[in-house]
Amino acid sequence: MTDQVAALVAERPRGLFGDAWHALRRRPLFWVSVSLILLVLLMAAFPGLFSSGDPNAADLSRSRGAPSSAAWFGYDNQGYDIYTRVVHGARASIVVGLLATAGVVLVGATIGMLAGFYGGWLDAVVSRIADVFVGVPFVLGAIVILTTLNAGGDAGPVRIVAQVVLSISVLSWPVAMRIMRSTAIAAKQQDYVKAARALGASSGRIIGKHMLPNCVAPVLVYSTIALGAFIGAEATLSYLGIGLRQPVVSWGVMINSAKDYLRVAPHALLFPAGFLTATVLAFVMLGDAVREALDPKLR
Amino acid sequence: MEGASVAELLEVRDLVKHFPVTRGVAFRRTVGHVRAVDGVSFSLRAGETLGVVGESGCGKSTLAQVLMRLEPPTSGTALFEGEPMFSLRGAALRRWRRDMQIVLQDPYTSLNPRMTVGDIVGEPFEIHPEVAPRGSRAGRVRELLDVVGLNPEHLNRYPHQFSGGQRQRIGIARALALRPKVIVCDEPVSALDVSIQAQVMNLLAELQGEFGLAYIFIAHDLSVVRHLSDRVAVMYLGKIVEIGTEEEIYRHPTHPYTQALLSAVPVADPALRGRRDVIRLTGDVPSPVDPPSGCRFRTRCWKARDVCATDEPALVTRVGNHPSACHFAEERHVVP
Repeated sequence: MTDQVAALVAERPRGLFGDAWHALRRRPLFWVSVSLILLVLLMAAFPGLFSSGDPNAADLSRSRGAPSSAAWFGYDNQGYDIYTRVVHGARASIVVGLLATAGVVLVGATIGMLAGFYGGWLDAVVSRIADVFVGVPFVLGAIVILTTLNAGGDAGPVRIVAQVVLSISVLSWPVAMRIMRSTAIAAKQQDYVKAARALGASSGRIIGKHMLPNCVAPVLVYSTIALGAFIGAEATLSYLGIGLRQPVVSWGVMINSAKDYLRVAPHALLFPAGFLTATVLAFVMLGDAVREALDPKLR
Repeated sequence: MEGASVAELLEVRDLVKHFPVTRGVAFRRTVGHVRAVDGVSFSLRAGETLGVVGESGCGKSTLAQVLMRLEPPTSGTALFEGEPMFSLRGAALRRWRRDMQIVLQDPYTSLNPRMTVGDIVGEPFEIHPEVAPRGSRAGRVRELLDVVGLNPEHLNRYPHQFSGGQRQRIGIARALALRPKVIVCDEPVSALDVSIQAQVMNLLAELQGEFGLAYIFIAHDLSVVRHLSDRVAVMYLGKIVEIGTEEEIYRHPTHPYTQALLSAVPVADPALRGRRDVIRLTGDVPSPVDPPSGCRFRTRCWKARDVCATDEPALVTRVGNHPSACHFAEERHVVP
């Protein structure tokens, strides 16, 4: 009752995203995932805030040292400080996740919107191409792409990251494309699109003003979940030895180098894997919360 | 003849819209056609209201879509102020759109939920910037909201903050913005409560007088169109079966389908209720993919004879003074 009165009193214009924010604010799960994500983002942007050590300082005399007050997470086989490397590894993982998500969403959503809006042969061709990419198993496709790109041998950190981002984007854009295509097909048949066409609106205007604002929600939700998944994919590829590798530090690289010493130094695997899991989980939880908030039927 | 064609604002001849029914995924083939609109002719004068009435699925809304050029016609012609409107392209088409606008049926889906009311009603001016200079647009939008009976201060609200009747008023304001000559009203009140229906109908009647609009008013119920229409066309399975003035259709109906529709209109006066003659139609509307031979209404008609299955009745004047597509057209008083 008091809520209703308050709603009537504070009657100011609020869009659907405003409503979504209103719903999100009350969800503890949303705040937990947001704080975790902020923490990781802070680590990625300013690793110096968390650790003053050098992630590339190895000392074999400390090899496989157990966690202690000097080194909270212990040392790995090479004698690297695991805490420092976990902090510095956040950057590569986050950068790969963000860039891959941006690539997948931009490419997939653009193609999906055009295919859904124009339909016809464009839609048929694009959909079949997407089917081909979906048909390729992710790991197999990534192995093929990355080994082909790496045939030349040594590469700098920027190139290594670019290659991983590219392979993830190439193999994952059909998912975003399909989501956007189906929402675009549904939105195209809405009466407000008919009304705009009757007014003489151009296709560009209909896509930009009427379709996009009503179609972004599902892709937005997908992108939060995908961000987590792509961080996991980076770790998978790095673990297999074809993704990121030295001199780049990432959680996947750390898991890769720790795997051979699992029984003698389990902490070397435990800490990067724990950070990876928590980060992926945070993004997936955020995506879930955003989806529920944006879907009026669940409210 | 020359004078008559000038008086007609819109003249539609033999309009046909068939939707192909396809089968197969990779190799589509057409297995039939939905004959949504199958040879419709009528004319509309400036400032006049033509009511179009028929059951669900008789092609009324398709007719509206084709007339608005949202769907291309399969065949047929339409002259707007003497110009063939189906061949308009580019700038001429944009110019023509200013003269013909539409009010859609469902006020809940016809307004973009992510746009404010001001943006929705102002969009016509953005698409046709020549109509209103940039500086005057906000004033024009306020004026339009005022004209349709909404508070101009609610400019920044979103559609979901309005009731169904208010939303339909927003849709009317948007259609009115470009000062069209014709507004196609595609069942504008059928999604509204009865009390709100009357308000919206009265608003449409007022606006007609104020702006000299012509309406093509589509409804599935004869009683809704009666007090607004000058002339009424009754549609059945993609064809007009009877067309005439309000008086001719309501007082002197000659087609059995019109008579059946009229007998279904509820009568408010209980003393008259027993005196009216109720016609109950049996069976369903046949599929528009495979309409009956000859007269399309024969499968549900109590007058049907052999000739109805072989010869299609033309829409011509047989009795009285308005056309009716029935071999056995005769007047029958249905409503007391």
